[in-house]
Amino acid sequence: MKPATGAHAGTGIWLVQRATAVVLAVALPGLMAHFLLALPVDFSGWQGLFAPLWVRVLLLLTALALALHAWVGVRDIFMDYIHFTSLRLALYLAVIVILTGSVVWLAAVLWGPA
Amino acid sequence: MKFRLYRYSPETDAKPRMQDVDLDIDPAGKMLLDALIAIKAQDETLSLRRSCREGVCGSDAMNVNGKNRLACITPLGELKEPIEVRPLPGLPVIRDLIVDMEPFYRQYRSIKPWLINDEPEPEVERLQSPEDRALLDGAYECILCACCTTACPSFWWNPDKFVGPAGLLQAYRFIADSRDEATSARLDNVEDPYRLYRCHGIMNCVDACPKGLNPTEAIGRIKSLLVKRRV
Repeated sequence: MKPATGAHAGTGIWLVQRATAVVLAVALPGLMAHFLLALPVDFSGWQGLFAPLWVRVLLLLTALALALHAWVGVRDIFMDYIHFTSLRLALYLAVIVILTGSVVWLAAVLWGPA
Repeated sequence: MKFRLYRYSPETDAKPRMQDVDLDIDPAGKMLLDALIAIKAQDETLSLRRSCREGVCGSDAMNVNGKNRLACITPLGELKEPIEVRPLPGLPVIRDLIVDMEPFYRQYRSIKPWLINDEPEPEVERLQSPEDRALLDGAYECILCACCTTACPSFWWNPDKFVGPAGLLQAYRFIADSRDEATSARLDNVEDPYRLYRCHGIMNCVDACPKGLNPTEAIGRIKSLLVKRRV
């Protein structure tokens, strides 16, 4: 079958990869400093680190950026190597479930009962 | 000098083999192609493409000691022995060092490598300002030897879908041309997760290009134009 060309797609997700890379480059060192500077901490001290709302919001946004960034990267790898469309779709689905689940789980942990 | 040559004849060989060759040749001032022609004079069954022997026609692209190069402009003295010569990777081998270039040409054709301009032809020629002409520098010099495209893993995995560095460099050459009127259609043609976005920017193409061109930069410019058009 002749190949179809020009799907009018790809630019958006490529931009997402670039934008999330910038977010991660800025946010990860900031969060790392926030936690490392507080060391050593006991359990209540550790919980206290997550008490400010900005820490929880920033952590969730960073996790979201990480998940999006990972999604683009893993999708690229699958597109490169997995040539069976049905298998690729199944793997996409698995990755989406894992990444979405992880972010939602993190939100539940951050805003759940202490 | 010692050589290891990839040999494969589909009529007689079940699978490819490496042939060790000892050649009495003084490397001073000689190119790899001179040695291969001397080897062919001893054993006429060795098959390779070559034509201009000065790096202009792009026929004698091959994989030498692991890197894609033009045999005619690769100095013999600079190569570590045994000099291992293989056909370009990622394309079907027809015989010995000769590959089937059709997958490469098919992608090249797909970007419509000609000027598209439906305006009435001017009296003399379509003029460009020196600035507009300068945009084509680094893009028009490609000789289509396929050194870059066959050094690209993305092309190895998806040769039927990914245009490849040479094709994308040429796509940019016409997108950047002030005389071309099909810019939007050309951008549409490549805006595709496979055709353009299989490029992950690893720059094997830049490393391989015997003409010193930079397909990765051209691909980056295409991406910038697509982003500008979108946001």
